[in-house]
Amino acid sequence: MDARKAVRANAPGLEDRARNIRRHALRMGEVQGQGYIAQALGIADVLAVAYFHALAYRPDDPAWEGRDRFLLSVGHYAIALYAALIEAGIVPEAELETYGTDDSRLPMSGMASYTPGMEISGGSLGIGLGIAVGMALGLKRKASDRFVYTLMSDGELDEGPVWEAAMSAGHHRLDNLICIVDVNRMQADGPSTGVLNFEPLPDKWQAFGWFAQRVDGNDIAALVAAFDAARNHAEPKPRVILCDTRMAKGVPFLETREKSHFLRVEPHEWALAIAALDEGRTA
Amino acid sequence: MGAGHRRAGRGEDRMSRARRAPWRGVPQQAADPGRPRLTTSAMIASIAGPDQRTRPAPFGHALVELARTRPEVLGLTADLAKYTDLHVFAQAHPDRFYQMGMAEQLLMLAAAGLAHEGFVPFVTTYAAFASRRTFDFVSQGIAEEGLPVKICCALPGLTTGYGPSHQATEDLAIFRGMPDLVIVDPCDALDIEQAVPAIAAHDGPVYMRLLRGQVPLVLDEYDYRFELGRAKLLRDGAEVLIISAGFMTMRALEAAKRLEADRVSAAVLHCPTIKPLDEATILREAGRSGRLVVVAENHSVIGGLGEAVAGTLLRAGVVPPRFRQVALPNAFLDAGALPTLHDRYGISADAMVRSIRGWL
Repeated sequence: MDARKAVRANAPGLEDRARNIRRHALRMGEVQGQGYIAQALGIADVLAVAYFHALAYRPDDPAWEGRDRFLLSVGHYAIALYAALIEAGIVPEAELETYGTDDSRLPMSGMASYTPGMEISGGSLGIGLGIAVGMALGLKRKASDRFVYTLMSDGELDEGPVWEAAMSAGHHRLDNLICIVDVNRMQADGPSTGVLNFEPLPDKWQAFGWFAQRVDGNDIAALVAAFDAARNHAEPKPRVILCDTRMAKGVPFLETREKSHFLRVEPHEWALAIAALDEGRTA
Repeated sequence: MGAGHRRAGRGEDRMSRARRAPWRGVPQQAADPGRPRLTTSAMIASIAGPDQRTRPAPFGHALVELARTRPEVLGLTADLAKYTDLHVFAQAHPDRFYQMGMAEQLLMLAAAGLAHEGFVPFVTTYAAFASRRTFDFVSQGIAEEGLPVKICCALPGLTTGYGPSHQATEDLAIFRGMPDLVIVDPCDALDIEQAVPAIAAHDGPVYMRLLRGQVPLVLDEYDYRFELGRAKLLRDGAEVLIISAGFMTMRALEAAKRLEADRVSAAVLHCPTIKPLDEATILREAGRSGRLVVVAENHSVIGGLGEAVAGTLLRAGVVPPRFRQVALPNAFLDAGALPTLHDRYGISADAMVRSIRGWL
């Protein structure tokens, strides 16, 4: 708990963490030449706040019973979570060179059996929240005061089991469950609300019995406040943080690309992207 | 059907017919009020015969017994505790029972989450819903991670007269394709009671077919004990080898007795673990020369025990003189009373005896 306070007093540290997470993700993206880079850049601030403000974990013991659980439902965001796990010291930085290659511990879709710190095999979209419900029930059975966090995308809201799980979490009053939704408004076939409209989002979650907050998912101070409010909320309800993020955030020339779900980046552009990140730092 | 219909392609013909007149003909019974009514097609009709010895809710009682020594054992259901005998567990251990609502996908995922936290969840629903509706959630939430979730499902195969919505005639075909999933199809109350602790002891996911309510008791008359992964020879015979699973083993034993009266000698090999299959025992028994091999199962001819055995035999180069299946047709089955339907589709003891006589 002391470590968390120290981080909180030094808020600019989170900006650095987020920038490092983006840099790790870009370096992994370069290994493959393409990928879910826009999502990783978009969610980096959320992951920085999660891993360097909110979560309890031990880098040298990823299965520590006293850890908070962080489930990656949206399996193709693995590149983003690996970047956070590298920044958190759970995965060695040298391994990012192996991203998506044969026998790597960092496959393109996140799987529990491959990577330390990866709690579940997500990827078949819409399954994380249901597993989180079971874990939250399990932690309560064990009288643990830890939280289950689950990260999902707005596209996953299309999947029916998400709403079975949302209803169940409300029914069981799972106040140890925190769901983070990355609302980047882009899915495989195009803009999310055009594929299947999920708005009004806060109303939906509230109607299912959740304490809902909607924040700018690229505003670190707002995220810190939202994570704190989610953890400290008094009502016996599950908590959701709806994070409006910008695809490819932090690299301006990528932010404007239209086909951002699976981003193609030319070989010479990776160095430019990292340079753009660093420019953002001095700007 | 007019000539115009015959000229149409096969698929078109079928569709147009279904649109025009999808209904069945008026049954004789309706036209003749004096005729006795057939027995019920209610959801949970017992498969026990009128004079058969039974035990009540063997699954529920066995789970209560197991939970006494295994504190990590939990029970979850999707609004079907009463209809899967899990209510017995819920009454005995209310603090270890979770009602997940009529949400089978969530049922499997929540069980996965509890298993991640070190528990051994027994989840119940109907076999049709577990297999058809939750396949991906069992595959990716449970099996891919090797989690010890035990999926125990009532109404397997043709054990309800309710029609295709509830008749899980293809559950084995669906689940056999899933890596690392152990599949068990017990025969009677004794088999179920012994299988419950055995599947709990297995450190991985299991799908078990359940008989519920008043469940027949047969295997206590044989020198039998359930062992996960093992087939057991219940009786020997020189002319026919019946390899069977589930309640079809009861039917096989009954058929063997009747064939004996006709001086036809039939062996019965009970094979309650469908996957992994006890290939060594099957090959040994089927390799004994000269016997007609009949695989009997409460399942479609496609993708169940019959095809599993056939593949095992072919791959090993063991080819019996004749190989036959007693199984349900590859079709959506009728609604009706179970005895009627079992006879209609060839899985009653009578129908089985008739079939085997014809094949000899």
